[in-house]
Amino acid sequence: MTTPAPLPPLQAPRKLKLATVSLAGCFGCHMSFLDIDERLFELIEHIEFDRSPLTDIKQVGVCDIGLIEGGLCNAENVLVLREFRAHCKTLVAVGACAITGGLPAQRNHMDIGAILTDVYCTRQGLSASCRIPDDPELPLPLNQVHPIHEVVHVDYFLPGCPPSANAFWTFLNDLMAGRTPHLGHGLMHYD
Amino acid sequence: MRAAPGSPATFSLDGQDVEFQAGETLIEAATRAGRYIPHLCWHPDFHPHGSCRLCTVKVNGRAGAACTMQAAAGQEVQSDTAELNAQRKTLLQMLFVEGNHFCPSCEKSGNCLLQATAYQMGMEGPHFEQFYPNRPVDASHPDLLLDFNRCILCELCVRASRDVDGKSVFAIGGHGIHTHLLVNSDSGRLGDADMALGDRAASICPVGVILPKRRGFAIPIGQRRFDQAPVSQQTQGDGDSP
Repeated sequence: MTTPAPLPPLQAPRKLKLATVSLAGCFGCHMSFLDIDERLFELIEHIEFDRSPLTDIKQVGVCDIGLIEGGLCNAENVLVLREFRAHCKTLVAVGACAITGGLPAQRNHMDIGAILTDVYCTRQGLSASCRIPDDPELPLPLNQVHPIHEVVHVDYFLPGCPPSANAFWTFLNDLMAGRTPHLGHGLMHYD
Repeated sequence: MRAAPGSPATFSLDGQDVEFQAGETLIEAATRAGRYIPHLCWHPDFHPHGSCRLCTVKVNGRAGAACTMQAAAGQEVQSDTAELNAQRKTLLQMLFVEGNHFCPSCEKSGNCLLQATAYQMGMEGPHFEQFYPNRPVDASHPDLLLDFNRCILCELCVRASRDVDGKSVFAIGGHGIHTHLLVNSDSGRLGDADMALGDRAASICPVGVILPKRRGFAIPIGQRRFDQAPVSQQTQGDGDSP
């Protein structure tokens, strides 16, 4: 007796939902993500973007993967991060800033009030009426910059400043295939 | 177990025999045989220090530092195991959060033993909360710069300055988490100490604390020491600057 050929699936598997955001980031991690170049077309066969700087969606929906670039430097960063954690099954700290605070955390040994005074009031070339912006529309800065894992649970870390396009590609393919992501020599770097 | 008379004495490292000479430590014999045991504070030219704990192995089932434990015939040594490597990753995470290891702007990146060892152990993230220490940089010396926020207290500079240079420029002071690297001059500044760019202590730092001035970022990315090959394939575990 011959085994019958497997039936073709009635529909393609559901696309994974991917949200991305830049908190206290430089958008470099997003640029490095885009550096996967034409592989984006292949990726888009398997994923659908939710809230992201690359889409016009304002509120993050229920997602499979959330990629977070940047650390936490102000109150709005913390709100957005919590929203992402609440909506994303898998949350990924992408890049040195999200993972350790990164270079922005070099401000941590300085007083935030003194920094704002230096930049907005006493710096050369400012008009005499300049003062620290105080509109409630603006998010207040935190005393120190923090990595995101100090505020929410993080499922995976994708290190690099930024992670290379190949690191993004390997990482996302592992995630999409249901494997624990693994970066070997050459893809794992912090700089 | 005794070695047969006339045959070289050996111990077993992860199931493979390693020959050793009388008086050698486990890490000395392993390194000479081209085998990698992770380490930060150990250096083949200096007495062992035993502070980083990364070289911890299991000898006949008991944990011990491979840099201080003498090799003996017939020892069953385990090093490259999931359990020990997980411990090493935790130790590395502790070192990383203790200091300001902002690799993206560090001149030592790519040539740093701490960073390369963290790559080797698959350390993706810091796991613990950051300490963000605030120790001022010492730029008082004309040729050398000290960034104390990257120090892992391996004491290699202390040993090199005392034992090779005969100057004892550096020391470790303080207690507990406040333990820190000191400069032995009346002002506490490197510019007032008897230190020269050619000193062994100036090039021994395995991380980015003691740096030559005006010479950062000289090696193109891709050609730095640990870009070429992972630390486990560079068994002469030397932290010296290239």
